[in-house]
Amino acid sequence: MFSVLRIAARNLRRYKRRTILTASLIVTGVVFVSVFVAVSGSFKNMMIGQITDSFLGHVQIHRKGYVASIDSLPLTMNLKSQAVKKIDEAIKEIPEIEVYSARIKFGGMFSNFVETTNIRVNGVHPEKEIKTAPLLLSRIKEGEKIIRKGEILVPELLAKGMKVKVGDMVVVIATNKDGSINGKQFRVGGILESATGPGGRDGYIHIEDATEILRMDNVEISEIAIRVRDFSQLYAVHNRLHDMLSKERNKQGKPIFEVHTWEKLSPFYNVARMIDVMTFFVKLMLVAIVLISIMNVMIMAVYERVREIGTIAAIGTLPGKILSMFVIEGFCLGFIGAAIGSLLGGAIIFVINISKITFNFGRQKGLTLSTSVNPNDLLLISAIVIIVSVLASLQPAFKASRMDPVQALRHV
Amino acid sequence: MSLIVAENISKDYQAGEISIKALKGVSFEIEPSSFVSFVGPSGSGKTTLLNLIGCLDKPTHGQLTVADTDVSTLDQKQSASFRGNHIGFIFQDFNLIPVLTVYENIEYPLILVQNIPAQKRKKSVMSTLEAVGMGEQRDKYPDQISGGQKQRVAVARALVTNPNVVIADEPTANLDRKTARMVIELMKKMRDESGTTFIFSTHDPRVVAEAEIIYTLEDGELTGKEAKGGTGDV
Repeated sequence: MFSVLRIAARNLRRYKRRTILTASLIVTGVVFVSVFVAVSGSFKNMMIGQITDSFLGHVQIHRKGYVASIDSLPLTMNLKSQAVKKIDEAIKEIPEIEVYSARIKFGGMFSNFVETTNIRVNGVHPEKEIKTAPLLLSRIKEGEKIIRKGEILVPELLAKGMKVKVGDMVVVIATNKDGSINGKQFRVGGILESATGPGGRDGYIHIEDATEILRMDNVEISEIAIRVRDFSQLYAVHNRLHDMLSKERNKQGKPIFEVHTWEKLSPFYNVARMIDVMTFFVKLMLVAIVLISIMNVMIMAVYERVREIGTIAAIGTLPGKILSMFVIEGFCLGFIGAAIGSLLGGAIIFVINISKITFNFGRQKGLTLSTSVNPNDLLLISAIVIIVSVLASLQPAFKASRMDPVQALRHV
Repeated sequence: MSLIVAENISKDYQAGEISIKALKGVSFEIEPSSFVSFVGPSGSGKTTLLNLIGCLDKPTHGQLTVADTDVSTLDQKQSASFRGNHIGFIFQDFNLIPVLTVYENIEYPLILVQNIPAQKRKKSVMSTLEAVGMGEQRDKYPDQISGGQKQRVAVARALVTNPNVVIADEPTANLDRKTARMVIELMKKMRDESGTTFIFSTHDPRVVAEAEIIYTLEDGELTGKEAKGGTGDV
C-alpha cells in the first residue's frame, strides 16, 4: 500500500504544473463551498434566531386546529386551565426545555379617541415572555423596556399611523368568546419595532389586562411558546412533547393538542430551506468541478503512461493493483485539494469574523456576520471531494488495468 | 525435461478485414539454463513468439507449455500472476519506471508482484544490484543514468524475482557496440550464476554470435536451428 502511495505521489510530482493547476481548482472549489456554507449557515442561524427570539419561540403548543385558523385568533379554541395544567406537567418532565410562556392572543380595535384601527393583541406574563423571546425587549425602540399592567406596547407602524406616542392614552376594544364587547384604556408604554419588516400589527399587554378585556373568569390560553436550552435539541424536544401530548384525547378520541416547531409557524422557514437548497447546489457544483478536473487529469495520466502500464503489466502487476495505483493517485489529488482548501477556507472564515462585517435583516440593522463552520461540514465537504476524486479516477484506472500489455508496449 | 515446449503454435492477427498469420505452426523445445536467440528479418514473427512465450499473448492454435503450465489456458489475472512468478522481461527501450530510483525499480516486482517481506527484499535487491554493477547508482533516477546502465537495471529487475525464463526483445538495439557487448556478457554471467534461461530476439549478427542456440524465423515459420558454444565478436 505504501509503495503504491509513494508511486502515486511521485507521479503527481512528475507533472507538477498539471497537478498544481488541478489541485488549485479543487482548493478554490473547497474554499468557495466552505465559506459559502459558513456565511449562509450563519445568516440562516441569525435569521432563525431573530424570528424565534423576537416573538415566536422555538416550539408552540395550541389546541388542535388552532394553527389552521390562526388568522382569526379564535378565542373558542383557547386552552382551558385543565389543559394548560397537562401541558405544564409534560413540560416539567423535559429538562431540555429552558422556559415557556403562555399567551392570550386576540384581535381587537385600537383607538386613539379620534381614529380606530384593528390590532392583534398578545397578553403575556412579562417575565416568562422575555425569557422565551429574549429579543422582545430590544425591539422596544421608544419607552421603557418593560411590559407593565395598564400599559400597551404598540407596533411601530400602527403608532405612526394612529399618531400615538409613549405616554398617550389609547383604548383597546375586543369581543370575548361569548360575543360581548368590552374595552379598556391603556397608556402607551412603548413603541415596538417589527421583527420581520413593515406591517406588523402585534401589540403586547400584560396577561391580566387581557383576561380583564376578555372578561375571563378562568384564564384560557391561546398558545404556549417554548424555548429549548440547546437549539440542536429542537426536534428531540418537539418529538417528546408530541408523543406525550398526543396521548391526551377528547371525548371523541381525537387529540386535544398540537405541537409545532417554529418551522411550521413562520414563512421564513421557506427562506431557510432556500438557503439549504442553494448550499446543496453549490456543493453539487463542487462535485462537478472535482469530477471533471480529476477525470481529465487521470485520463491524461493513463494516456501518457500507456507504455509504463504495459511494462508493469508485463512484469506481472495484477490488474487490481494497476487499478489501485491510479485510483490512489486520484485520491491523493483530491486529498491534497480538500486539505489545503479546508485550511484556506478556515482562514478566510476567521478573517471574515475578525472583520466584523455587518448586515441588515428585516428592521434589524447592523447585525454582525458571525460566521462559523461546523467541523462536520468541513469534514463532509472534504469527504465529498475525496470520494468524487476516487470515483472520477475509477474509469481511467479501470481502462489502465484492462490494457493489453502487448498493445501497450507497442504504443509510441 | 524441457522448460518450454511449443507444439505447432500459430498466431493470427486481424487487421481490419485482413487476417495476418504472424506464426504458422511453430514447434520447438527449450531446455533450462539455455541462452537462446530467435533471429530473422523484421516481420518474421520474433516479437510475436516472444510475447507468446512471455504469456503476454495467447496462440491462436497449438499448445505452449512454459514451466509445466499450459499458458494458452490462463486468463488475464492468471497470466499476470504467472509472469510475475516465472518470467522476467528486458525491453529494447529499457522501460524503467521514471518516478522510481534504480533501487526502487529493481525492488518493484518484489513488492508489487511477489509481496516479499522487507528484509528479504532488501537482501535480494542489494545482491542483484551488486551483481549487475549498479550498487553505486542505486539512488539515481532513470533519467540520471546512461542507456547501458538502464539496461543493466532492466536486467537486474528481470532477474531479482528468480524467474525461470528471461525474455529480452532486441535488448541491445538501442545500445552502442561496446555497451551491447557488456549487456550480453552480463546476461550470460547471470545465466551462469542463476541458471535462468535467457531467450532474446535480435537481428544484429554480432549479438547472434553470442547465443548458444539460434532459431531462425522467416515469414512466421521456423526455418532453422543451430546449436553452438562459440563466442563471436560483438
